[in-house]
Amino acid sequence: MANKLISEIPLPKSIANVFSARNISTAKDALTLTEFELMELLDVGLTEVRSALSQISEIVAPPYQTALSLMEQRFQNEHLGGHFPTGLKGLDAALCGGIPFGVLTELVGPAGIGKTQFCLKLSLLASLPTNYGGLDGRVIYIDVESKFSSRRLLEIGLRSFPEIFQMKEMAQEMAGRILVLRPTSLAEFTQSLEQIKVSLLQKQVKMLVIDSMAALVSGEHEQGARRQQTLSWHISFIKSLAEFSRIPVVVTNQVRSRNHEDASRYSFQVQSRDGAIGTTMQYDSHLVAALGIQWAHAVTTRLVLEAKSGERFIKVAKSPISPPLAFPFHITSSGILLLSDDGKEVMGPEINAIHCQGHNEIINFGMEGLH
Amino acid sequence: MEIWRLPISASQRGKLISAGYTSLSSLSSISSSDLARELNVSESEAMNILKVASHSRGSETSNASCSIVEGAQSAWDMLHDEESLMHITTSSADLDNILGGGIHCKEVTEIGGVPGIGKTQLGIQIAVNVQIPNDFGGLGGNSIYIDTEGSFMVERAFQIAEACIEDMSEYNRFLRKDFQECKIKMQPQDILENIFYFRICSYTEQIALINYLDKFLSEHKDVKVIVVDSVTFHFRQDFDDMALRTRVLSGMALKLMNLAKRFSLAVVLLNQVTTKHTEASFQLALALGDSWSHTCTNRIVLYWNGNERYAYIDKSPSLRSA
Repeated sequence: MANKLISEIPLPKSIANVFSARNISTAKDALTLTEFELMELLDVGLTEVRSALSQISEIVAPPYQTALSLMEQRFQNEHLGGHFPTGLKGLDAALCGGIPFGVLTELVGPAGIGKTQFCLKLSLLASLPTNYGGLDGRVIYIDVESKFSSRRLLEIGLRSFPEIFQMKEMAQEMAGRILVLRPTSLAEFTQSLEQIKVSLLQKQVKMLVIDSMAALVSGEHEQGARRQQTLSWHISFIKSLAEFSRIPVVVTNQVRSRNHEDASRYSFQVQSRDGAIGTTMQYDSHLVAALGIQWAHAVTTRLVLEAKSGERFIKVAKSPISPPLAFPFHITSSGILLLSDDGKEVMGPEINAIHCQGHNEIINFGMEGLH
Repeated sequence: MEIWRLPISASQRGKLISAGYTSLSSLSSISSSDLARELNVSESEAMNILKVASHSRGSETSNASCSIVEGAQSAWDMLHDEESLMHITTSSADLDNILGGGIHCKEVTEIGGVPGIGKTQLGIQIAVNVQIPNDFGGLGGNSIYIDTEGSFMVERAFQIAEACIEDMSEYNRFLRKDFQECKIKMQPQDILENIFYFRICSYTEQIALINYLDKFLSEHKDVKVIVVDSVTFHFRQDFDDMALRTRVLSGMALKLMNLAKRFSLAVVLLNQVTTKHTEASFQLALALGDSWSHTCTNRIVLYWNGNERYAYIDKSPSLRSA
């Protein structure tokens, strides 16, 4: 819409000719200049510039919908009103049905906590036919760290849905729907994304998983603000991809330790609370999500996986529809299992904190549990 | 007023000056056909120039008592206007208090905060609250929700609408115990029907939409609030020319203020945060830079303080910092 050619917009002939004479060919060029700049450039009066701009704007501006018609449309056309159930009852209830379509959902947590396991389970679920709770379509799994294990995927399938996976052809069909990409650099990733966008609808892709986003960027040696700029194109591209295709997009993120560059206070806070700065810092954990604050704004739903006093929790840290809840969970041979469907309500910024206590014990316990 | 200030095209201006017309008074006594001959332009163009000139001049010589300069209002009249303006409640008594009653109409309010603090929630709440009917102290108007990030969840809007109606019925029962039960006829669906939702995918569309709102608002006169969530998103990605960004943003802000004043509605802009390096430490600040901070009338920052969410009025022409 932004790159709409002026020649395609029904403007009065004289103005249209002037626009093209001055090399303003797309709506974008015309709209980024102010009215006076356009007057100078095109040598026409103010009223003509105004009417031309308002006509261009009217065509370029997106149409409106009432919120009611939006809701009705979603409920009619989409699976469960636009949510993908994860099979974890408590989590699905908190998220009003499941992972939302058309927006980014982020899984963030320390290493070894179960992010990839969760992604494997979700990919499997998405490939299943709808009567088993799946999306009956293909899944594109972008595996940056080479963590995808097809054997584990089939094991999860066998334990959770034995009736399907015991038959070899069905197992092959389901596993065949999950396409794994392994980009080795950011440039390759960018290329794959562009290809995906083109063929998304024809190939019936119903979900996109990127595991993990942080690994892509950490390979490039840039710090702080420059790193965020590198990502910003990708962020908006993935978001627009999710938006126009209305599929759930799951992205995993790593954690890093907080360094002194991390800001957490506003200027007015610093001024009024000189004495109390020391104490408030104690509440924050020493781990933060990688990828910075711009990324944190861009994701719509953030699920934090953490380990606290020997137990694993999955927390709904940021979501427009759910209260801040934490659910304890276990990794089992059939994927992830919630230990309790009633989440524990977490107050305040605790919901965003990422803990890593007692993690080693869990890993050892997990190993025993799997065998 | 001089010729070079007239809103006419550069070549017409050039012709006027080279023909010797440097001030408006020199244009006052000439006829359009003479002007056309002197400037070597068509008669209709000459008439146009004269019309523009007399329009600008008319404002200077009018004798009406409060139109000394056209378009200005005396401060006393403005006070009356302001007192009669209603506010949009935010459903939080404390926030309404520090805002002086709620979100003001005819003003641009900016609300910013870290991700996950509740900006979108507040935006949706305002879009619902503006529809509270006049009997309950609300404006009874419609709302426009401009979504740039895709964070508007219809289910949540439905929940908030249901809660709002419940609140209204409770208030009803509490206050009108003596009278008959006046049933609330509003349903959550009606509230959702009055929220006009636009989804924007690039900054060009954002600019185009704000230009188009002029026409839209004259057709839909009931709209009383415009919520933009968020105004920063498209401007933070791939904008290499910072000067262009500042120009575009300030143009947009002026147009929004214009809309707010002309149609008597409130404009609420939701903003993101970024880290700023000041005084040898990194602090959080609202995005889009210093020049943007000047363009909005009111500024509220939402932040975490211990376990609670707090709001801080950062900038306001009539309210104290709180």
